[in-house]
Amino acid sequence: MSSTAKEFSAAGMAVRTAAILFVFVIIFTGMLSGAYQWTKPSIEASAAEEKMKLIDEVLPRSEYDNKLLEDIVVLPPTAELGLADTSSVYRARKGGQPIGVVFETVAPDGYAGKIRLIVAVRANGVLAGVRVTQHKETPGLGDYIEVKKDKNKARPWITQFTGMSLATVTDKDWKVRKDGGRIEYYAGATVTPRAVAKAVNKAVKWSEANRDRLFTEGVTR
Amino acid sequence: MITRDELRTIAQNGIWKQNTSIAQILGLCPLLAVTTNAVNGIMLSLATIIVMALSNVAVASLRNLIPHEIRIPVFILIVAALVTVIDLLFNANLHELYLVLGIFIPLIVTNCIVLARVEAFAAKNPPLQSTFDGIFMGVGMLWTLALLGGMRELLGSGTLLGGIDMVFPSMQPIHILPENYPGFLLALLPPGAFILLGCMIACKNWLDARAALRAKLKPPSPVATAGCH
Repeated sequence: MSSTAKEFSAAGMAVRTAAILFVFVIIFTGMLSGAYQWTKPSIEASAAEEKMKLIDEVLPRSEYDNKLLEDIVVLPPTAELGLADTSSVYRARKGGQPIGVVFETVAPDGYAGKIRLIVAVRANGVLAGVRVTQHKETPGLGDYIEVKKDKNKARPWITQFTGMSLATVTDKDWKVRKDGGRIEYYAGATVTPRAVAKAVNKAVKWSEANRDRLFTEGVTR
Repeated sequence: MITRDELRTIAQNGIWKQNTSIAQILGLCPLLAVTTNAVNGIMLSLATIIVMALSNVAVASLRNLIPHEIRIPVFILIVAALVTVIDLLFNANLHELYLVLGIFIPLIVTNCIVLARVEAFAAKNPPLQSTFDGIFMGVGMLWTLALLGGMRELLGSGTLLGGIDMVFPSMQPIHILPENYPGFLLALLPPGAFILLGCMIACKNWLDARAALRAKLKPPSPVATAGCH
């Protein structure tokens, strides 16, 4: 029998230890959620900024005056665009008039799997720009579809899509030269540009077919 | 306060005697995965220095409140919460740096060095000493990983500082070997990292043994290593 208050029974010990652990869990979980809440606005702002940087490459900011990132329609998985998940269509307007749409599309048949693209199509059906956002094409061979890796800095390969539309380029022409079309490619990698050309073509056709719906549909919240 | 001698001992332990990579052999998972070039090794080490200094100081300050029986879960809780908070704060306030270091911070989760130092040092020492321990352990890791990464890179692809353009966009990797160097894939794969790490450990042991011989002492017994990867 000890007289010191420090000695506990086994059950008392367990309760005390559990209580201390519980207090630590509360404190550190509180710290985590505090940090999360506090940093959330600026993390979201920089994520939006990064998104805008990408969109700026396909559609200049001077061409529209609405808040592009907020004027969105959320698409269900769309087979025509190769999208297995939901994605957002960003709508550009100036003075309320439709200017164009920016959306994602996927070329499923790249040389090394899927190639993700961001495409901007003007309201009149003309392509404003295409950029590759993600791919696994062979470095040094098929990766010229990415502007950063393209050796032709003055006129990168992917920019030749800019200005193309279904009205000016027929389906027969909308192919790489090897397949009888007018899209140029670098020797050594044909599968990659073929996949990109096909995906861009499909994307333009899809946006033409859905143009009215895309511009009139209410903003998805 | 901290005395000069204490500081020197902590520095010596961190940088050489108990070097995480070549004496304690801790944290091999990120070591193998990341050190395909020197820049990656340095970046991971910098992120680790920050996390270790902060987790050590946090644990050292709270050490008298943590019951011995549940210290490991509490340490894990503290370290995990800290890594996440650091990750969030970096992302929010130092976004440019986050784009460079950011991918390495979650990797520290797979790194048991942090927990090992918390348990072995911070749980028994005051906050200031613990902070320095965290920093110097990280510095020891920094030079080892930079050297290992540099060797793998040089042998594997004939360059140095590959990936520097991710950190400083204006800089380019230096080609040490001729452009037509065919490359040596083994050095870039994990087995090559093990082999080179083995060579570095052998070098350290040889230098230690020689120093001990000169001091007319018995060679130091190898440091016991913890069973963690």
